[in-house]
Amino acid sequence: MIPLSDYLTLGGILFCLSMAGIFLNRKNIIIILMSIELMLLAVNMNFIAFSHYNGDTAGQVFVFFILTVAAAEAAIGLAILVVLFRNKNTINVEDIDTLKG
Amino acid sequence: MGIEEFLFFVFAAILVFAALMVVTIRNPVFAVLFLVLAFFTSAGLWLMLEAEFLAITLVLVYVGAVMVLFMFVVMMLDINLAPLKEGFIRYLPVGVLVGVIIAVEIVLVVGAKNFGLDKVVDPVGHEAGYSNTKELGRVLYTEYVYPFEIASVILLVAIIAAISLTLRKGRQTKYVKPEQQVFVRKEDRLRIVKMDAVKKQSAAEEE
Repeated sequence: MIPLSDYLTLGGILFCLSMAGIFLNRKNIIIILMSIELMLLAVNMNFIAFSHYNGDTAGQVFVFFILTVAAAEAAIGLAILVVLFRNKNTINVEDIDTLKG
Repeated sequence: MGIEEFLFFVFAAILVFAALMVVTIRNPVFAVLFLVLAFFTSAGLWLMLEAEFLAITLVLVYVGAVMVLFMFVVMMLDINLAPLKEGFIRYLPVGVLVGVIIAVEIVLVVGAKNFGLDKVVDPVGHEAGYSNTKELGRVLYTEYVYPFEIASVILLVAIIAAISLTLRKGRQTKYVKPEQQVFVRKEDRLRIVKMDAVKKQSAAEEE
């Protein structure tokens, strides 16, 4: 018998790890994108755990949509990354300051 | 400790380890491989939560497509790794501090006090003939049919965006501008040469 809190704690730890990853690797866009994927995975873990313990499939449907959007986001993000590398020859976040933001 | 608890803690340990390696390892290729490990382990956990369809989808869609895409991009780009790790040590204390604080806060909220076994009982498993895929499909095509269609449109937008962003225009197409093409006259392009008819030589005469 695994309590719901164990799954939620695991999701929370995973989320914090990926957030720390964004802090630590703030120059490398690829690692940042991968950290975002990990964050979405942590959220999905919570959704599925709640879906199982409440006996409601709505949580799983939501995870389905999150997977769809995450796949689209990864595809577009990597496409932007490739175009960026072609034009500026770098993926360092600090070199991407053309707009002076 | 039963087999279920044992599996959960093994999977959880592997998952946390893989996530830690993704954010700390130097080489992006190994980071992608550890992310694959993390997705596989999560699929195992989802199987334990009786979400079989999504577990398989995670392996097929994520490991099979998205992570391969990541791998392609990481290996295609010729990245100079040295400057990308510069701030790692400098941001390490802040990152760890913020991460630990948020983790403690989350655990305080979702810990055993609020979501333990005495608060949320572990549901009994489904009977032998239960199909998670069938149930999910039934809900998806009736109650959530509009969001489902919107999701397909989002995927279409992603396809078009990714192709139009990375397509190199120009060089490989032999495109003629129509406004120039309509002004072409026959006299500019075509030259008719008058020649006398020549009798073709046979093979025997050549020798």
